Amino acid sequence: MPESLAITKFSDLANPTRFLALAARILPFMAAITAILFAIGLYLSFTTEGDYQQGQTVRIMYVHVPAAWLSMMCYTVMAISAIGTLVWRHPLADVSHKAAAPLGAGFTLIALATGSLWGKPMWGTWWVWDARLTSVFVLFLMYLGLIALNRAMDDPSRAARVSAVLILVGFVNIPIIKFSVDWWNTLHQPASVMRMDGPTIDPEFLWPLLIMAIAFTLLFFTLHVMAMRNEIWRRRVTAQRRMAARMAGGREA
Amino acid sequence: MTHTFYIAMSYAVTALVTLCLIGWVWLDGRARQRELAELEASGIRRRSSQTAGDRA
Repeated sequence: MPESLAITKFSDLANPTRFLALAARILPFMAAITAILFAIGLYLSFTTEGDYQQGQTVRIMYVHVPAAWLSMMCYTVMAISAIGTLVWRHPLADVSHKAAAPLGAGFTLIALATGSLWGKPMWGTWWVWDARLTSVFVLFLMYLGLIALNRAMDDPSRAARVSAVLILVGFVNIPIIKFSVDWWNTLHQPASVMRMDGPTIDPEFLWPLLIMAIAFTLLFFTLHVMAMRNEIWRRRVTAQRRMAARMAGGREA
Repeated sequence: MTHTFYIAMSYAVTALVTLCLIGWVWLDGRARQRELAELEASGIRRRSSQTAGDRA
């Protein structure tokens, strides 16, 4: 039956050894497609027209918006993984949210820094404590907190459960970030791409933006699979060292 | 400061952070592979990859 086949395939992937085999197969393709998309995206980012109001600074949008989108998507991936940890006690889910946190912090840092560099020439200020900027800054602090928490605890499954609860509590920040520009009066502009009535942005800017967004998303997934693989290897090293210590202890006794 | 400065800085920061992330993931992977290879070389294998002879 197709349904049971899909479940079997999914549970096969749940096995870390199968995951490692799959990662080895797909990573070269993911990396190659990411590089090609970045080449096209960067070419378009610097060859399309400037904005009639913002001039050339509109080019900052092609890195700022994808990074901001990823900062939220990464947290959503972590929240889904956190459910996997708490509901199914799935070891790969633990690995997934632990591996994603530093990547999320990196993309959020890019969004904050490029936003600041765009704000100075357009708004006349590097930073304002408006709802959008503040909520993204809180997201950055949450990523740092989760990284610190994971490193502070020696037992990975205990660290994963505590992190999972915190991730799910912190998920409340994601709709706040998304809708902050609608709910409050912010200096940051409202959404112009992800809108119920379709994008209001000119196609001249939409194409490079979309290609850069896909490139950044693929970069995230490539790095996430690589970081998950590293974490599985790290746990194997720890387990094997423990086994070696036990064997050595047994021989001495 | 000109607009070019802000654009160049934005792309430079993005490139720097992205390259740091790629470098960290890459180097972390290599270090873990090296550790696993060292353990393998010293005869310590995962239980699932041990042969019947190893276990005896």
